[in-house]
Amino acid sequence: MTVCPTQAIRVRKGKATIIANRCVDCGECYKACPVSAIVVEQDDLEMIFKFPVRVILIPSVLIGQFPKKIMTSSIYNALKDIGFTHIYEVENTVDMVLEASRQYMHEQKERPMISSYCPAIIRLIQVKYPALVGNIMKVNPPIDMSAMYYREKLKVSGIPEDQIGLFYATPCAAKIAAVKSPVGEKESAVTGVININFLYNRILKFLQRKYTESDPPETDDLLSSRGIVWSLTRGEVVHSNGRALAIDGIKNVNEFLENFENEKPDNIDFLELRACDESCAGGILISGNRFLTVERLKNRAEEFKAREDDRERKLGDGYLNINEHGFLGDIGPRPMGKLDEDFSTALRKMERQRRIMCFLPGFDCAGCGAPDCQTLSEDIVQGKAQISHCLFMQHQLIKQNLLSQEQAVRIAEKIWGEERFEKNCKKLGAEDENI
Amino acid sequence: MQFRHKISGGDFARAGNVASAVKKILRQLNIDHSVSKRIVIALYEGEVNVVAHAYSGIIEVEIDENKIETKITDKGPGIEDIEKAMEEGYSTATPQVREMGFGAGMGLANMKKNSDSMKISSVPGEGTTVELVTYIRNHAG
Repeated sequence: MTVCPTQAIRVRKGKATIIANRCVDCGECYKACPVSAIVVEQDDLEMIFKFPVRVILIPSVLIGQFPKKIMTSSIYNALKDIGFTHIYEVENTVDMVLEASRQYMHEQKERPMISSYCPAIIRLIQVKYPALVGNIMKVNPPIDMSAMYYREKLKVSGIPEDQIGLFYATPCAAKIAAVKSPVGEKESAVTGVININFLYNRILKFLQRKYTESDPPETDDLLSSRGIVWSLTRGEVVHSNGRALAIDGIKNVNEFLENFENEKPDNIDFLELRACDESCAGGILISGNRFLTVERLKNRAEEFKAREDDRERKLGDGYLNINEHGFLGDIGPRPMGKLDEDFSTALRKMERQRRIMCFLPGFDCAGCGAPDCQTLSEDIVQGKAQISHCLFMQHQLIKQNLLSQEQAVRIAEKIWGEERFEKNCKKLGAEDENI
Repeated sequence: MQFRHKISGGDFARAGNVASAVKKILRQLNIDHSVSKRIVIALYEGEVNVVAHAYSGIIEVEIDENKIETKITDKGPGIEDIEKAMEEGYSTATPQVREMGFGAGMGLANMKKNSDSMKISSVPGEGTTVELVTYIRNHAG
């Protein structure tokens, strides 16, 4: 609850709930929760069998998380066994993204440009830094570019559109949200999303069985060394002309943007901002060690580089028109935490909130079910909580005979659930932990 | 509603804290971000001025239904020639301060540009007071 960069989590009746319009899908809570209370929804794998042509778009980090001895071809085989007929890597269209980015940087004079790659960052800017939405580079990220490209390519090859199911193996929650409710894009070309951790287990299971290499699944050879490391930190900035910074980890990004809004640093042309530490290699659905994942992908890129020419494969060989499909629509602000639409009401609420803060203890214990005292005070003026929710205030109120012991107990049980107050040895660090 | 913040001279690491705190408040008050952006920029410049030149200072922000008034009072060397200090590019900052990316001589000019009215008074050897007013236009709805 306390790790959320936008204070979107509250505990009620013993359960953590997420306030949807504050959540940026960064996945910090998923990483931090000791009891796996946060789940990432995905589409049912059975869904793919509704389509005769079943395409899986895999990001390079899916390959990267396996140890080096597991060959790419074995992973492809496993995916074929799971049921996919066509396997393409998400980053196959990175050269098209690069081309669109250059065009955009050339046409738009706003600086710095902030990469549109990480959907959690786009959402963070919308809710917390609305003044910066104009700096987002409105270029389709590789997943959308690839989804459109392959859908078109398969259609041109004669497959009716309703027979094509295009699935994305996602390394994080933010990409799921980006596909299900896209920002600045009419409709996603992706049919459904499968979580990478789910595929990871299935692939490992397949590889443990004895198997003979069967015919390779449908694929192509568009992938470049640039594409392999695109999703890693600095994957984008190395292509930027001018001054560019790469920042990963949502805490770091938050800190940077906070200062950045006060005084824009001079002459920065491009910002690559990623929510996860080590970018997508640190995605919450990546099972492998993120540092080893980065290492394997860098090695893979080196191998590719040794046998590829330097030319970029451009402009989607007729299947995708960058001018038409390369760019995102409008990205509007979605500011959070406003106290009221009406200014004078907001002002009154703010005064009240500051008065309440005089009484709250201010060390953010989260015992009230809100992540910190300021958030509780905000919830109170919004009518979503009471001052008696604060465990410290309860003592004060009891002392002043404004609250009875029994009432205090009931309030605490309402927030944390009655079970929480019973003996439970199964929690982490207790006698029977993890049984 | 009033907020008061203390600033200590020379503490560059904390320059910007007041601007950040006020920014959060303006966001909660649902003030149009083009307005709050101006206020925050002007405030940040004022804050840096105190940190760079003065010994200590107080920032008072008063918000009512129509406008935001900011008063920055410092104890410090004061300004000898206010007119000259207002000129873009004029700076008395030491080379060390400039090296840290401050002291480009744009501070006061930027503050004027990002507020609707600005008053400066100063007693050399004692200190400077800057008063800024920014009107909130877009809250009618």
